[in-house]
Amino acid sequence: MGRYIVKRLLMMVFLLLGMTFIVFASLHLASGDPAEMVAGVTATPEDIERVRVSLGLDKPFLLQYLTYLKNLFTLNLGTSFTTRQPIVQEIAVRLPHTLNLACASILLSILVGVPAGIITALNKDRMLDSVISTGAMVGISIPNFWLGTMLIYLFSVVLRWLPSGGMSAPFWTAEGFRQAILPAMALSTATIASFTRIGRSAMLEVLQSDYIRTARSKGLPGRSVIYIHALRNALIPLFTQFGTSFGGLLGGAVITEQVFVVNGIGTYLINAINTRNYPVVQSTVLIIAGLFIIVNLAVDLLYVVIDPRIQYS
Amino acid sequence: MQAAQAGKAVITRERPLAGAFRKLWQNKLATVCFIVLTVEIAVLLLAPLIAPFDPEATNIRAKLAPGFWAQWSQNPKEREAYRPQHPLGTDHLGRDMLSRLLWGGRVSLTVGFISTAMGLFFGVIFGMLAGYYKRLDNPIMRLMDLLFTFPGILLAMLIIAMLGASTFNATLAISIWSVPSFARMVRGRVLQIREEDYVMAIRSSGATDARILLAHVLKNCLPLIIVIATMRMASSIISISTLSYLGMGVPPPAPEWGGMIAAAKEYMWKRPSLIVIPGLAVMITIICLNVLGDKLRDILDPSLRD
Repeated sequence: MGRYIVKRLLMMVFLLLGMTFIVFASLHLASGDPAEMVAGVTATPEDIERVRVSLGLDKPFLLQYLTYLKNLFTLNLGTSFTTRQPIVQEIAVRLPHTLNLACASILLSILVGVPAGIITALNKDRMLDSVISTGAMVGISIPNFWLGTMLIYLFSVVLRWLPSGGMSAPFWTAEGFRQAILPAMALSTATIASFTRIGRSAMLEVLQSDYIRTARSKGLPGRSVIYIHALRNALIPLFTQFGTSFGGLLGGAVITEQVFVVNGIGTYLINAINTRNYPVVQSTVLIIAGLFIIVNLAVDLLYVVIDPRIQYS
Repeated sequence: MQAAQAGKAVITRERPLAGAFRKLWQNKLATVCFIVLTVEIAVLLLAPLIAPFDPEATNIRAKLAPGFWAQWSQNPKEREAYRPQHPLGTDHLGRDMLSRLLWGGRVSLTVGFISTAMGLFFGVIFGMLAGYYKRLDNPIMRLMDLLFTFPGILLAMLIIAMLGASTFNATLAISIWSVPSFARMVRGRVLQIREEDYVMAIRSSGATDARILLAHVLKNCLPLIIVIATMRMASSIISISTLSYLGMGVPPPAPEWGGMIAAAKEYMWKRPSLIVIPGLAVMITIICLNVLGDKLRDILDPSLRD
């Protein structure tokens, strides 16, 4: 098991390094000269050359990458082309909003998706099963930005129940809760649907296993068989899905933030792409992918604790 | 007599794809989805003939006209504003909604189809090489793992940030984003096929690797490929409309379902149909593709079920 953990940690280092390289290299290849953009439209060729040297853009590619890595370790992400502010500070203001949205959504997905999966499995081939399963099929097929727009129309424009956007407080406060409901619903629909489907098939598989039959045959009441023996084992495949889902939610948050005008790193990223603000694009993509890698590692390591049946080499 | 029997034996030879198609027809829901998609594709192909207006032609005097439902409206102003030549109404620039819906769908479906095909081409090549040659397995799959570290459409966004926003770049970005998941699934299947007795038999009879891969391994991956391509087509169409919604896909004024929703967002209090109709079009297309993919998987490849 120790070897497995070391292997996973090495893999994480490889993925983080490779990911930073892809991000760095892809924007290095991008069309447009960053020195020209920083210098501005009125700059003379000499000005541009001076900016190029000051940004280190005249150095060889690999050296630039190494400098970039070194800066990452000291949390120096560079300065934004448009605001001239340190990017770390700009991200520190925005990241909590994105995490707030992603956490509210993963919570909603678990609270709705897992029970829905279990209910469908316990009512297999009955009315309830087909209704929820059809709902799950629709859920994975709705584009998240459209659902968000429709929710705004229904709950903010027509009914006037909830705010149409903005995010100023964490979701567990009263104000934050009202602000987070609609974006979290829009963002988590696909995850709820996938939790329902995975939960359903996991529960069905567990219910057919020998130890459930044994538990039933020794006279345990049906309820305790389902909630104590079956549920615990059915949660394992859902847990493996957790890392991927959280990543999906982070990636989806980029879109949902734009729909609900949330000042998170997704909005920051999209504005940066539209204004060709490359250092910001680099840093935000890096943060989202880095978080995803770390969450996946945590899930993999916790998995060892949760499911001791599996042999790791 | 014998000849007739021999002929019969040839006819009943197993043809999994034809059988799958027959089974698909027995499923009502899958049949409905298949018909909806076929009709949709036919209508979109005929868009130049049936679209009543140029999708980009503006008409300031007919801004935000309501659609056919306004005929039954309680509000006399609404009834008056309805123009029969615009059955689905017009947008904020007076462009005909029906024409934009048809032309926009052509763009969404074409991008979805091309990017899936391109992603499939490279994904299958990488997957087959990684699954078949042990030496290539690690380098190829680690590269795919790297591409997997960008969740959602983040990878596509990064590529668009690099290349700039255009329909072609969005198509390219979505296809690159599809490559790792195709490669991973195909590799898994090739790993199984490689160990099958018949592959050993073919190899011992002197077949070259190229022949084994193209004639036998690829053929046995085909059911899997059909299933994942159908589902991937759905996510590619969602992706192109999402990218267009964010201003990174099909550039305006060209119509695209996601871009139409983005443009109509400001006017939704007055004309909600402008966001409802293109959204429904995306959703119906995606539901049909996903249902078809689901049923095809149940028929062709039950082991893939989650």
